[in-house]
Amino acid sequence: MIEYKMELNEELRGILEGKEGETKQKILETLVLFGDIFGAKRMVKVTHNEGHLVTSFGIPLLKPLFKTMDALNKEGIKAEGGFTCDPRPIDYKNVKCNFLEKIVFNKILYGKQEEYEAQLKKAGLTDFDSFSCASYLKECGNRPQKGDILSWAESSAVVFANSVLGARCNRNSGMLDLFGSIIGYVPEFGLLTDEGRKATWIVEVKTSKLPEAQILGSAIGMKVMEEVPYVYGLDKLLGTEIDDKVGAYLKDFGAASASNGAVGLFHIDGLTPEAKEQKEKLIKEGAKVYVIDDQEIERVYASYPIMWKDKEALPKLCFIGCPHLNYYQLNKWHEDIKNALKENNKTKVSTRCVLNTPPKVLARFKKEEPKKYKELYEMGVTISSICPLMYTNNPLTHSKPIMTNSNKLRTYSMARYFKDEDILAILAGKKVY
Amino acid sequence: MKEFKGRVIAKGNFTGEAAVSHQGFNTLASFQKSALMNKKEVLVSDQNNKDLFGVNITNKILCLPITIGSTTGGLVIQTVCDMKINPRAFLFSEEIDSLAASGIVLAKVWQDSDVICIDKLGKEFLDTVKTGDKLEIKEDGTVTIL
Repeated sequence: MIEYKMELNEELRGILEGKEGETKQKILETLVLFGDIFGAKRMVKVTHNEGHLVTSFGIPLLKPLFKTMDALNKEGIKAEGGFTCDPRPIDYKNVKCNFLEKIVFNKILYGKQEEYEAQLKKAGLTDFDSFSCASYLKECGNRPQKGDILSWAESSAVVFANSVLGARCNRNSGMLDLFGSIIGYVPEFGLLTDEGRKATWIVEVKTSKLPEAQILGSAIGMKVMEEVPYVYGLDKLLGTEIDDKVGAYLKDFGAASASNGAVGLFHIDGLTPEAKEQKEKLIKEGAKVYVIDDQEIERVYASYPIMWKDKEALPKLCFIGCPHLNYYQLNKWHEDIKNALKENNKTKVSTRCVLNTPPKVLARFKKEEPKKYKELYEMGVTISSICPLMYTNNPLTHSKPIMTNSNKLRTYSMARYFKDEDILAILAGKKVY
Repeated sequence: MKEFKGRVIAKGNFTGEAAVSHQGFNTLASFQKSALMNKKEVLVSDQNNKDLFGVNITNKILCLPITIGSTTGGLVIQTVCDMKINPRAFLFSEEIDSLAASGIVLAKVWQDSDVICIDKLGKEFLDTVKTGDKLEIKEDGTVTIL
């Protein structure tokens, strides 16, 4: 048995002694050694039992993942509370691919997708419509309460759950998300503790208008890295209540801060739950200060490298919705694209455009807004539930100029970032660069 | 010669060449391209990393403040260790972050990897060490810039 420092209860000691088999023993070993690194004194119970996994893709190179899943399946080990999972990598119906791209996707990149999804189901996947990075949205159902302890991964989901919902979750890695859900305990440290949730950065937003969420989040992420920022000034621009519109802003803001940095929790003065309750008490003494004005937003935006081979090329594909769009955003993009085309006397978008949203949000949209759904397809816009990041893993897509309003997608691919207004202009056939 | 002492996360002795990132090292963005293409060596593919973009880090000593980015990070470290294209050692100037820690623990417990990891080496370490420097790592957490 491994040497460890934290205190374990009888149930966990038994598992670590191998009383429930070698695989469970190794799972707990991993969690305990991980917790010991951060000085965790104990393991605490996961109180929101539905997990969320970051690994949704059957890439054959992830051999350690498949081997572990195999071992879990063979021994009948599963996450009893179930789990949701990040988006699937492909959707040929709504994100069309040519013959060669399909070969690379099917034979090389995601050749084990079907097999992996079967493994996930046996390990506790809630259902086959549970593939989304935004499973915390109301329609998806995996929505923790304030104070809940989670065993989740997916950086954008973790930062949303911590900051907007007030749940408690560390930035767990893939594998450890599932391990915590199986054991039902996670090591107590960092963002699970009151002290770890205190801010070490004060961010003062002094812009003349509401900055684009993805650029503001990116600026803060790159500055504070893994630390906790307390943001002043946004409540004046966003209001003091989190409805679907504000929730969408905070979702995109958090995703950019987590992918361009490593932010797991942010507080917005007068808006997010803990900031409303505790105010300045959440800020640690000696916190550093970062002031963001219009010039700083433009400086950060201008710093994004353009990875397209031909920087003057017209985009061939546009991805909107990384992380997945909520219901408000889906309706808003419909309205904005329709208006942009109308203003420019166009009926179809100039660039193939994909809106990404969770399967359960899409089902609601189809049911409640069948006319808008039809109009989007008539305008040349498709709706999918894939992960665009996984799509751009295909090297054959690298020569294709892809545009996006996602800072996360920009970071992990060769896609070029554009502000929303520029995206709409390009979709309407205007040249903006 | 300059000596630094950190906390041992995964011990080992090794002498090799440093590859230094002064900014947070984005694990997925850095390893993604080489790992997906099943390459024998990792050329850092993170376009935002001005220090290491395009640099070969396989079997090198990666010196960094922390890792950043996607929560696949730990699994990515475990996978590159399984593929044996990983940096031989990770030397963190700050306290290791949760994703890198997950990756090191996963690689040790499930892959029996010989990857070395030391954290808390201090800001001066990262200010001093340069890409291409020869470093000696000892299992007690001592790192010497030769």
